[in-house]
Amino acid sequence: MKIPISYSLRNLWTRRMTTLMTVAGMALVVFVFAATLMLTDGLQKTLVETGSPDNVVVIRKGSQSEVQSGIERLQASIITGQPEIAIGSDGSRMIAREMVVLINLPKRGSNKPANVVIRGIDSHSLALRPQVKLIEGRMPRAGSAEIIAGSSVARRFQGTGIGEHLRFGMREWTVVGIFEAGTTGFNSEVWGDADQLMQAFRRPVYSSLLFRLSDVGSFSKLKERLEGDPRLTVEAKLEPRFYLDQSEVMAKFLRILGITLTLIFSLGAIIGAMITMYAAVANRVSEIGTLRAIGFQRSSIMIAFLSEALLLGLLGGITGLAAASFMQLITISTMNWQTFSELAFSFSLTPATIIQSLGFSLVMGFTGGFIPAVRASRMSIVDALRGS
Amino acid sequence: MSEREIAVRMSGVCKSYQRGSQNVPVLEDINFEIASGEFLALMGPSGSGKSTLLNLLAGIDKADSGIITVGNCNITSLDDSELADWRAANVGFIFQFYNLIPVLTAFENIELPLLLTGLTRRERREHVLAALEVVSLTDRMDHRPSQLSGGQQQRVAIARAIITDPAILVADEPTGDLDRVSAGEIMDLMDHMVSDFGKTIIMVTHDPRAAEKAHVVRHLEKGILMES
Ligand SMILES: Nc1ncnc2c1ncn2[C@@H]1O[C@H](COP(=O)(O)OP(=O)(O)O)[C@@H](O)[C@H]1O
Ligand SMILES: [Mg+2]
Repeated sequence: MKIPISYSLRNLWTRRMTTLMTVAGMALVVFVFAATLMLTDGLQKTLVETGSPDNVVVIRKGSQSEVQSGIERLQASIITGQPEIAIGSDGSRMIAREMVVLINLPKRGSNKPANVVIRGIDSHSLALRPQVKLIEGRMPRAGSAEIIAGSSVARRFQGTGIGEHLRFGMREWTVVGIFEAGTTGFNSEVWGDADQLMQAFRRPVYSSLLFRLSDVGSFSKLKERLEGDPRLTVEAKLEPRFYLDQSEVMAKFLRILGITLTLIFSLGAIIGAMITMYAAVANRVSEIGTLRAIGFQRSSIMIAFLSEALLLGLLGGITGLAAASFMQLITISTMNWQTFSELAFSFSLTPATIIQSLGFSLVMGFTGGFIPAVRASRMSIVDALRGS
Repeated sequence: MSEREIAVRMSGVCKSYQRGSQNVPVLEDINFEIASGEFLALMGPSGSGKSTLLNLLAGIDKADSGIITVGNCNITSLDDSELADWRAANVGFIFQFYNLIPVLTAFENIELPLLLTGLTRRERREHVLAALEVVSLTDRMDHRPSQLSGGQQQRVAIARAIITDPAILVADEPTGDLDRVSAGEIMDLMDHMVSDFGKTIIMVTHDPRAAEKAHVVRHLEKGILMES
């Protein structure tokens, strides 16, 4: 670069009011852009963390969620017999046969009904989910009408505190414990004995199976065998993958919405940058003539003005990212429309988002600055010098 | 006296400008020579084509026809990009309104043409300090143009013009915007460039006092160069 970058920087500083406004416009766009990516990343990160890397979820082939899935008892026992499943401390295979149904419960205060996931568990369910911890009371006894509630449910729904009672499935259930599951979706579930719940809801089939592999490396062969078995019509996924897939639709929706919004906004920011740069060129016509007379090539002039526009973009990018980084402090609680369970997650700033946001801001600067820079470089020297 | 080297030669140079659909002739069949080390003043009424003539021989404007040779180089055969490189090495510019870059300090303005050379930062610094010495502005090197008087700005411009040690300097009314005292200082400096540094100067001026310093004065009337 022939003309030093300090020349571009100082010109930006000299007209700092205009610079500030242009940068603010770009920063706003980058903020929206980065926040969208952070939201999607945060959502997926939470969901991936919901799963343990050596756990496998089995559901019926083609079902989008556990609620839609069904696995017959015979099929469940075939799967339980697979040698790849780890043996627990009690000597049995570490597999949980579970049933999931959705019910409506009235909220505390407003009395408005909302969806709650009821999960029928068995003896291995808790051990297979290290992120779930009983924080109050005790586990339900097998064969009893006892249930435990996730902390988020206990906080928000009527009759879900310890010692309280809930009516569903034509029976009355007693809450005997509260569990906490970090930021995972289990917080908005109610757990009880699978056999009791299946009877109550008159459901003859399980919803899903969850088991631990003794060796993760054996997964692909096991998957192939299970999915190829004509007696089974199931799909096996590693647990993190399972939860990631569950967020696919929502993540895609968020991304498309965010990127569409940003593209519309960015048009305004680009036009702003273009006006700023046109004014910069117009104000410095005789300067351009002087630089060219001294011997600077057209390309050097072009680069100097493009650098100025790129710097504007970069400043906007950094400002927007800095503002967006504060979003990490916010936790969002929403409904996962794919599973109808509640989902709490935070904005997550990844290196990829930083690079993409800065790249995007540079593209805005470049797009806004290109035509003015070309104009500056094309001027005839004599006209430029006379135009002072 | 031995035959002196020719610094600039113009033969059969014509130049006209397009104004709307009309072709306005500005220079007609200009033929002249400037010897190396000469200080030439170009005078004439406003609009007679003085600046145009200067711009042509400085390589920032193109003649319609004719040949312009500067040193050993036929600059009419150079393209845009070659001309830029040629100017960087061979011509120093001095303007009526100084044309310093407002955001750069005196030091940086003088250093600017050196950025087009292969000199290192340290070498550039040495050159700039020497040039500042010549124009007696060492104590003002960190000032911006807006912090300098007109005369001081023109001295910075002269330092910038000589920094790459070009053979010729072109000055378009260098004292046109200055008071008498400052103008006198600038003319002394120009004189110094010719007598002590061996530069060739072509200067357009309206100021008879400035023209007095020149070795040769030529007059331009309606695009025609008068015999001296
Ligand atoms: N770029 C240009 N476009 C059109 N006309 C021009 C241009 N440059 C100079 N002229 C015309 O050419 C004539 C000579 O201009 P100039 O060389 O600047 O005169 P001087 O310097 O002697 O006052 C003037 O009539 C001027 O209007
Ligand atoms: Mg003129």
